Amino acid sequence: MATINNFQQSFDAVAAQKRCLKYRRRILDLSQKVPALHIAPAFSCLEIVDCIYYGMIRRKEDGLCWDTFILSKGHGALAQYAVLEELGIISHEEMDLADQPGGHLGGHPDYGLPGIEASTGSLGHGLPMAAGMALADKTLGIDRKVFVVMSDGELQEGSVWETILLSPTLGLSSLTVFVDLNDFQSLGRIREIHPNYYPIVPKVQTFGWEVIEVDGHDPSALFLAVASRKSRSPLMVFGRTIKGKGVSYMENVPIWHYRSPSPEEYQIALRELSGEHR
Amino acid sequence: MRDAFARTLYQIAKTKPNVFIVVADISPAGSMAPFRKEFPDRFINVGVAEQSMIGICAGLAMRGCTTFAYTIATFAIYRPFEQIRDDLCYQNLPVTIVGIGGGVSYSTLGGTHHAQEDIAVMAALPNMAILAPCDPLETEQAAWACAAREGPTYLRLGKAGEPTLTAYAQDSFVFGKMRSLKKGKDICLIAYGPIMKMVFQLADKMETNHTLSVAIVSAHTLKPLDIDGIAALLHQFPTVVVIEEHSQHGGLGAQIKQVAWDTKATCRLYTYGLQDRFIHKYGSQSDLWSAHGLIPEEIYHQIIGR
Repeated sequence: MATINNFQQSFDAVAAQKRCLKYRRRILDLSQKVPALHIAPAFSCLEIVDCIYYGMIRRKEDGLCWDTFILSKGHGALAQYAVLEELGIISHEEMDLADQPGGHLGGHPDYGLPGIEASTGSLGHGLPMAAGMALADKTLGIDRKVFVVMSDGELQEGSVWETILLSPTLGLSSLTVFVDLNDFQSLGRIREIHPNYYPIVPKVQTFGWEVIEVDGHDPSALFLAVASRKSRSPLMVFGRTIKGKGVSYMENVPIWHYRSPSPEEYQIALRELSGEHR
Repeated sequence: MRDAFARTLYQIAKTKPNVFIVVADISPAGSMAPFRKEFPDRFINVGVAEQSMIGICAGLAMRGCTTFAYTIATFAIYRPFEQIRDDLCYQNLPVTIVGIGGGVSYSTLGGTHHAQEDIAVMAALPNMAILAPCDPLETEQAAWACAAREGPTYLRLGKAGEPTLTAYAQDSFVFGKMRSLKKGKDICLIAYGPIMKMVFQLADKMETNHTLSVAIVSAHTLKPLDIDGIAALLHQFPTVVVIEEHSQHGGLGAQIKQVAWDTKATCRLYTYGLQDRFIHKYGSQSDLWSAHGLIPEEIYHQIIGR
């Protein structure tokens, strides 16, 4: 087995916030090269994805990840690509070609590309695959964690609840799931489409999981949610987020689920991220 | 066939590391016992949850495990179709989906349990291979072939009690190749799966009554299909008959007709399959074949004349 770095004992939240600002600018730059992209879903989960990669995932000597990351909300791919670029796992040249002819990085993660450990894009697939990986690791005695990021709308898929029911039974203590709880799905607010979705935390707790809800844009809170895990049960972290976080006209506006800003909107977004207009 | 599969799975697990079987609350009871006893942590019952069955198999395969999913054929492939497409085929993972009750094997249980279009549906998926052995012996060989694959496979089985038909086969079992079970020169009968029993009876009747020489071929590998082997049969025999326990839409018969056209075959070519409808009848598997129009006497008369 390769030499693996130890878990981090602490997490530099200020550095994380700086990286997340850089990711948002990077994704905004990319948005000007393509007709449309999943920008708001990526902005929603950036702090979560960054915290998993920089605060939780152990890396091998060659710099690649030892623990597994699955972006089950595959439409947030730009968030994963941006973090993988920062880690040096995806090249700048490849990132420049995302969603464009000649590039390999598409609108959803594609298994086999550097750093991509599962093909997603259809919701409800990542958690069962992650459970299978965690089951293999447990049965074969391999110390490896599996991290999954799901969307809150994704929790409406039956396959998710099959695996929520099953995972504690299989004793999958290496499994950690983050839910990007931005209260939006494609056609509107979850609380309006499914008034009985909430309260969601006790629903998952009842199925035998350790569950915690935190501010999904607070790197320290996300890190502590996992670092202070109390049981051997699989862990689900609900991170309260804002869809389109960081750009005022995108925040909680459904049209930005899949859209590129105009050149003028792009400039406004850059200024806002720099703190000039907020 | 299911007992032959369970016995073979145990043998595979004895020789290969990290063999898992993931079932969705359906499993052969007695014949699976040795596997369960020796590898209790590699027999996983996910409960009545076919979507997670397939997703978990994908995850196991991504960790390098040799993985089988197992339940009734209709449940195994229709409920989790998108998991099969995205998790197994798109990612090209070595998972075998074992479907029990292929065709109308569950002849008393109604249409929910009839896998009558499964091969057409699975064949449309890139990277998917399809095996449909005709007896317990061929099931053993097919299971070994599945374990050796590097991509997804649908293994379509009958249920229990099928007779042994391939003990004296002309050819040995080779994945992806048509297999001669019985020599002949006048008529070639091509089939796969448990309906092979009826095909042997048909050949016997033809040879007894008409001193004809009838060959029988097992098309156990439906995908990738042995195009060259089929072309050779179409050009070797004056009469070729395809009999399958599957819809004629996307079945073997339609594909053999395509090969016949592409290779300018001049033989007489007959194809028989299940009808394009749900039938609401119950009885033995033979009764269900008859209800679908697969009646040996009628096939016999159409080919031989009255």
